[in-house]
Amino acid sequence: MMDQGAFPRMTGTPFTPDWFDTVQINTPAAERRAASLPTRRTVKKDYQAAWLARAITCIDLTTLAGDDTPGRVQRLCAKARAPLRADLAQALGLEGITVGAVCVYPTMVPHAVKALEGSGIPVASVATGFPAGLTPLPLRLAEIRYAVDQGAAEIDIVITREHALTGNWSALYDEIAQMRAACGAAHMKAILATGDLKTLTNVYRASMVAMQAGADFIKTSTGKEDVNATLPVSLTMVRALRDFGARTGQMVGFKPAGGLKTAKDAMNWLILMKEEVGTRWMLPDLFRIGASSMLGDIERQLEHHVTGRYSAANRHALA
Amino acid sequence: MPAIKDLMQTMDYGPAPEANAEAAAWIAARPLLGHFINGRIVAPQGESVAVVNPATDAVLCHVGLGTETEVETAVKAARAAQAKWAALPGHVRARHLYALARHVQKRERFLSVLEVMDNGKTIREARDIDIPLVARHFYHHAGWAELLETEFPAHQALGVCGQIIPWNFPLLMLAWKIAPALAAGNTVVLKPADLTPLTAMAFAEICIEIGLPPGVVNIVNGGGETGALIAGHPGIDKLAFTGSTEVGRVLRRQTAGSGKKLSLELGGKSPFIVFEDADLDAAVEGVVDAIWFNQGEVCCAGSRILVQEGVASPFFDKLRARLSTLRVGDPLDKTMDIGALVSHKQRARVEALLEKGSAEGAVLHRADVTLPEKGAFCAPGFFTGTAPAHTVSQTEIFGPVATTLTFRTPDEAAVLANDSRYGLAASIWSENINRAIEMAAKVKAGVVWINATNLFDAGAPFGGMRESGFGREGGRAGMLEYLAPKSSGTVKPRPAPAPLADVAPGAKAQGPGIDVTAKLYIGGKQARADGGQSYTVTGKAGAVLGQAALAGRKDVRNAVEAAGKATGWGGVTAHNRAQVLYFLAENLAQRADEFAQALAATGSSKPDDEVEATIRRAFWYAAQADKFDGGVTATKSQHITLTLNEPFGTMGLIAPDEAPLLGLMSLVLPAIAMGNRVVAVASQSQPLIATRLYQVLETSDLPAGVVNLLTGDRDVLAKSLAEHDDVAAMWYCGSTEGTAMVEAASAGNLKPIWSDGGTLRDWTNPAQGQGDDFLRRAVQVKTVWLPYGS
Repeated sequence: MMDQGAFPRMTGTPFTPDWFDTVQINTPAAERRAASLPTRRTVKKDYQAAWLARAITCIDLTTLAGDDTPGRVQRLCAKARAPLRADLAQALGLEGITVGAVCVYPTMVPHAVKALEGSGIPVASVATGFPAGLTPLPLRLAEIRYAVDQGAAEIDIVITREHALTGNWSALYDEIAQMRAACGAAHMKAILATGDLKTLTNVYRASMVAMQAGADFIKTSTGKEDVNATLPVSLTMVRALRDFGARTGQMVGFKPAGGLKTAKDAMNWLILMKEEVGTRWMLPDLFRIGASSMLGDIERQLEHHVTGRYSAANRHALA
Repeated sequence: MPAIKDLMQTMDYGPAPEANAEAAAWIAARPLLGHFINGRIVAPQGESVAVVNPATDAVLCHVGLGTETEVETAVKAARAAQAKWAALPGHVRARHLYALARHVQKRERFLSVLEVMDNGKTIREARDIDIPLVARHFYHHAGWAELLETEFPAHQALGVCGQIIPWNFPLLMLAWKIAPALAAGNTVVLKPADLTPLTAMAFAEICIEIGLPPGVVNIVNGGGETGALIAGHPGIDKLAFTGSTEVGRVLRRQTAGSGKKLSLELGGKSPFIVFEDADLDAAVEGVVDAIWFNQGEVCCAGSRILVQEGVASPFFDKLRARLSTLRVGDPLDKTMDIGALVSHKQRARVEALLEKGSAEGAVLHRADVTLPEKGAFCAPGFFTGTAPAHTVSQTEIFGPVATTLTFRTPDEAAVLANDSRYGLAASIWSENINRAIEMAAKVKAGVVWINATNLFDAGAPFGGMRESGFGREGGRAGMLEYLAPKSSGTVKPRPAPAPLADVAPGAKAQGPGIDVTAKLYIGGKQARADGGQSYTVTGKAGAVLGQAALAGRKDVRNAVEAAGKATGWGGVTAHNRAQVLYFLAENLAQRADEFAQALAATGSSKPDDEVEATIRRAFWYAAQADKFDGGVTATKSQHITLTLNEPFGTMGLIAPDEAPLLGLMSLVLPAIAMGNRVVAVASQSQPLIATRLYQVLETSDLPAGVVNLLTGDRDVLAKSLAEHDDVAAMWYCGSTEGTAMVEAASAGNLKPIWSDGGTLRDWTNPAQGQGDDFLRRAVQVKTVWLPYGS
């Protein structure tokens, strides 16, 4: 049985460029490792069902579209409460299973909070001028406070890519530290928008700065960049949080987002977590998957596990 | 079965076995494996031994040990098939090789499972690495077969190839051997390892399936004795061996003087160098792909980890952490990183070495894993606190355990890396491209991986330097191992040199001129023979021309020492070397008359022609100095794979007795043009021509020690040079018996020997006396892999 114990919340550290400014990530090597992970490990039968169920509990079920409405959010929240069809949940012995969180825009937070009342499922809100993050800092901080006021328990902030791309790490640190302060009790996920950072070395450095500034989670993408979560990027971020943990003893979570669509993706990322940081990082307090369509594929796989027949999407409730 | 809810808490992987029913049924139908001779699977005549699944200890079947008669039949079949096979249009041979590639792909799952059951390697590696590379090798060489006539117009097949392969990559090594041999028009008699005969026999059935002409591929099973029968068979024209350095030495001696072409791919103790500016996590994963790949049973495994001191502690911490996540167990389970060693005997050997390492004071860090009760499993690990003097630092463990050392500077890393008898591979980890490429240039290894390890491709030559063997497999260099220059008419044996005369004061009178004081030329200086002796040289009609120094073993030692110090020569630009050669030609031209007269006095019938040909030859090699270079090979995407022609270092050259100027310079010029330093032994009968060259060499800006010239008893000096461990390669133009002697004597450090087998060459004919063949023999290919991307 894995240790599921609580751990102290991230405090971050003073800005310490020594920990990252000479680090170089070798991209071909990261790509080789990422490519070999799914070939070195596989999970079958009941174990696979268990892993997929675990993935469900780690999903931040997300809607971040310009046409979001209270009704749309309500539907999503209903799915978050009952991610598996009742008969499947029963067959698998997983009654009461829920997703990790529901993730929405700030103005949708009150609708989500209402829809999830009593479920124990936290509401996460993106903030800070998501997805570009280029509104003035006071407005971005105000947006965080607004979302928290509306009941968001988790805030997904976006970093200023400019600071990372120009190597202005202290400015990045200061900004994220202010965002963390604005979050208060709400947990903060720092979205690095890795598709904009381009190099893995930038990804590592930005990860380290975000953690030093107190991010509870580091998150790959907004879902709006050209390239979203990839295994090599995730590998780099997970290794960064491992290095940070080795230096400080503090535990940081990881959230890949964008581009994860299939049950196979869920398995690959869980394998990455298990191999690189261990089973403790496979629980929702340290691992989240930002996704919307992935859940449907997991449901179909689990139905196949139960019935032995391949399933169809229309047999499962829409999110 | 635990409930899904509970499995969600443990998040274990659970079992993921690869089904093996088809492979098991195939084996069950073949309880006694025989041989594949002349297109048919034949029952064995001799004794047989059990074939064991090393992961379960179960006896899978038995395999016959090939007897003399069986080897004889196989060689005969190969011989009978060869001429017709070689005469087929390249396109037809290409179709056969293409069919082999396709059929390997069609049976990839079966072959993978079979390999796992036979060898103990993990299904992931067999499925994702071994078998795809097997198919790739046949595809690549289907291409060479297609292009043979146009790509190698001056070459032809060798004939029948004997091939002996090891148990660590059974089918892959078979492919590496058979594909180039067949592409070039040879036929083969191949012996798989007796521990792992299964996939070779499955391959035999594929040969039948695709309609390969009978006799083109013959497979004789057996152990070392059968191997010796193949190696010693007079009907074999070429022997290719992959295996231990010890057996390589035995085969070198056994084939000495037989005229068989030889290539050896032997052991290694390859350095894995981690600089302080490396991506440490990437390097740690590199170790996984190096020494923890194939249970460490890999000749090119990065088994000596060198880490820069400043990052040693975090690196070892990360390595320990990574070690703890390795999974060891049933190799048919798709989640295993490490399977079983090939046998209990191998496991015992590895464990004994590990005990020795611990006894010598190193600390062994081993994975804390529960090994299966049955099977030859061995927990992976690594040593810290190993010193170069420790047994485990020098001896190939051939198991999943690396040694480690720390270093302070790049220079020290290079010294430590090269502190080995071997020179197979090296892996270099640094994010500084200057440093990485500098180290790639410095390290003595046939294959260098930068920020990677164990990358292979059929187009990238693979093979070793030093006691890791010679010859290359893959690419153009690999094809040349299976080809010979087209023969140029009749061959005449070389007459014996004039015997050494008058080592004591002689009986004959000398001419009235000023006495010639012919010394040796060592380290840029003229030196008396250490033994203080000379011998009389006679020319036309027995006229005494003078005395030449009688060099001995100690002079060889001094000359090799001097050559060893002239390290700068290999590092100067090819343009510089060309300039020196042009200058040499110029200086020789100025003294052309003098040399012509001296040659005339030796009895040369066309002395002017010989001098002129020597000058032309110097120009030709000067021209080649900056042109006979390496290339870039198309391997994988986002990889630059370079093949570099590197000089050997110190070469021993035994000049022919005939053509005392041109013969000597035909060897010296290509060797130094490519950056080697040479110790050359002049014509025994007419050494005074060579001794006249000293002044030419001195005035040609040739650095001291690059060319060292000895005179005296050809074969005495040849033996000393052949035995010298600091001579990296040798050319011998002497007698048939001398060739045998030199080849046998070279087994000490396994230097490659190139000889003309005691036959005369027409040195004035450029087709015989100069050419790419000389240049190729003056270099060894270093393959450098540079993956890129940021």
